[in-house]
Amino acid sequence: MSSQPVLEVRGLDKSFGPVQVLHDVAFSAHAGEVTALVGDNGAGKSTLVKCLGGIYSIDGGEYLFDGKPVTVNSPREAATLGIEIVYQDLALADNLDIVQNMFLGRERRSGLVLDEATMEEMAAKTLDSLSVRTVKSIRQLVSSLSGGQRQTVAIAKAVLWNSKVVILDEPTAALGVAQTAQVLELVRRLADNGLAVVLISHNMNDVFAVSDRVAALFLGRMAAQVRTADVTHSQIVELITSGRSGELGLQNVNGVTA
Amino acid sequence: MSTTTIQKEPAAPAPSSIGGNVRGYWDRVRGGDMGALPAVLGLVVLCSVFAALRPAFLTSINFANLFTQGAAIAVIAMGLVFVLLIGEIDLSAGYASGVCAAVLANALANMGQPWYVAVLAAILTGAVIGTVLGTLVAKLGIPSFVVTLGAFLGFQGLVLILVNEGTNIAIRDATILAIENKNLPPALGWAFYAVGVAVYAAIQIVRAQRRRGRGLTYDPAAVIAFRVGALALIAGLAVYALNLERSRNALLASLTGVPIVVPIVVVLLVFWTFVLRRTAFGRHIYAVGGNAEAARRAGISVDRIRISAFVICSSMAAVGGIIAASRDNSVDPNTGGSNVLLFAVGAAVIGGTSLFGGKGRVIDAVLGGAVVAVINNGMGLMGYSASVKFIVTGCVLLLAAGVDALSRKRAAASGLR
Ligand SMILES: Nc1ncnc2c1ncn2[C@@H]1O[C@H](COP(=O)(O)OP(=O)(O)OP(=O)(O)O)[C@@H](O)[C@H]1O
Ligand SMILES: [Mg+2]
Repeated sequence: MSSQPVLEVRGLDKSFGPVQVLHDVAFSAHAGEVTALVGDNGAGKSTLVKCLGGIYSIDGGEYLFDGKPVTVNSPREAATLGIEIVYQDLALADNLDIVQNMFLGRERRSGLVLDEATMEEMAAKTLDSLSVRTVKSIRQLVSSLSGGQRQTVAIAKAVLWNSKVVILDEPTAALGVAQTAQVLELVRRLADNGLAVVLISHNMNDVFAVSDRVAALFLGRMAAQVRTADVTHSQIVELITSGRSGELGLQNVNGVTA
Repeated sequence: MSTTTIQKEPAAPAPSSIGGNVRGYWDRVRGGDMGALPAVLGLVVLCSVFAALRPAFLTSINFANLFTQGAAIAVIAMGLVFVLLIGEIDLSAGYASGVCAAVLANALANMGQPWYVAVLAAILTGAVIGTVLGTLVAKLGIPSFVVTLGAFLGFQGLVLILVNEGTNIAIRDATILAIENKNLPPALGWAFYAVGVAVYAAIQIVRAQRRRGRGLTYDPAAVIAFRVGALALIAGLAVYALNLERSRNALLASLTGVPIVVPIVVVLLVFWTFVLRRTAFGRHIYAVGGNAEAARRAGISVDRIRISAFVICSSMAAVGGIIAASRDNSVDPNTGGSNVLLFAVGAAVIGGTSLFGGKGRVIDAVLGGAVVAVINNGMGLMGYSASVKFIVTGCVLLLAAGVDALSRKRAAASGLR
């Protein structure tokens, strides 16, 4: 609980031209825990995550990984540190199969030739380690998969690389009840396997079902980051909608000027 | 705790069942992924019709003609497959082949260079053209339709300049002429055939054994035997027919053997198929065509892939231009012009390559090229004029594009692509 976070940012600022989207944001993720990142539409969740993943450069603030300051200027650099992001739109190629998608851009080769057998074995092993039993064949085209199965493939792709931090942007947004349960189970298993998991979600049930900590963004500011067990459902909703809830949150929401 | 019950495939090494293979294929066809089926069926129907109406269609000399008539189109179409795979189009491939052929002719006739220097110069010209086109599309973001339409006009002018405003340059180099006008000795044809079939069989068997040894699913012996048998039968019949005497007066001049262009096309086919299916580069081509954003996030340099696709396309157009020059014994302002591009795009699409990107194979170009060659040849034998041939080929292209669009719709409906 009091262990050092794997990933931490302090005082993070991010603007798009004249529009400042993130103000002085502090955020951390711990190994073996699920940290839920909540906030209203446009609060800046996706933007924060893209800053963490090296898609956007940050304008100011500190970025610490394993306690050491780092600069992350590209998705490649984030991946090298062990940070993987599963995007809202998943970004899978429909015309490729599960194995091909999992290894996209990082194909195993022997010499010039793709080493299909090794990739197939590693993909199968990863899916096994996540107890995924929902796909018939790992050589199925992704276009033939259901929404939950696609999400599963995207998550498995993220953990294939001995990653330390996996960030999921609304993984259950488009899923039905049963598939949501499966994906949440998978999210929990990732944390139980020792990864630091960041889960963006609009669904409070999901947040309370799997998360250990909650971080609430309000209009680009971090309202609070607390242990899930220490807050109630309605407190979180207040943090999301007004940035404060009693003692918690931003104390001078209306008066703030960056 | 798992909430679903669908079983994954068993861990023990097991051959995929024959029934499963057949069913899998049928499911794909019904799901809209028809692959080579329309082209193969079309070939069978067309050949039967022409053979029934015009016995001359089935003669060995006409059979050999099909190969020499279709080769240039098929080769240009192979290059186009790469551009189509990334979801772009190259309308200038025809005239690019003309420009490269003109470079070849100039190097041979006006500069007295040996054939290999001329060939290199032509292919290099193609590569430069592809780099320029690809860079305009990938880096500046101009739609490929517009870039290559501009190039289409520009290259038309460039060919005119290169052949001195309309004269034609005769090709006299024996090696270049041999490509389309000379044949392999029959024994050598059979030797190539034997090696080809043996290597194909060996690759299939070794792969199945490796996968079996590692506990992965592998193709059953019967499926491999079927594939190898089919190749052996079709290629064997072709070599046999091409080795028949086709000279009107065999005593004066014997004319037998596989045209030299055939092994060239086969080598190109095998090479590009290997690149697309077995290398990371090929995988990235498919990824860019399927979901460019996913490819970008996977760390693939999408621009580089796009540019390389155009480079491959224009370089293959150069090879096609060399073949055309060999066939015509000369290069003139029409080399690579008029219908060449439409036939090449048609060949790729008829063969099963999608105009929407992400789906296609190099062999599509050859199968579709065969369809185009058969239509032209058969209708020529029936005495139809060029006008009718244009109209029919245009209709066939529309038909193929329609099949492509429909199968895509169907695939979307069935969850397949
Ligand atoms: N590339 C961009 N250029 C300019 N403004 C942007 C850009 N990306 C995001 N924004 C703005 O930043 C704000 C935060 O957006 P962001 O996508 O991070 O919100 P979010 O919390 O992920 O919302 P949602 O719950 O809807 O996904 C929004 O006001 C948005 O309009
Ligand atoms: Mg978002």
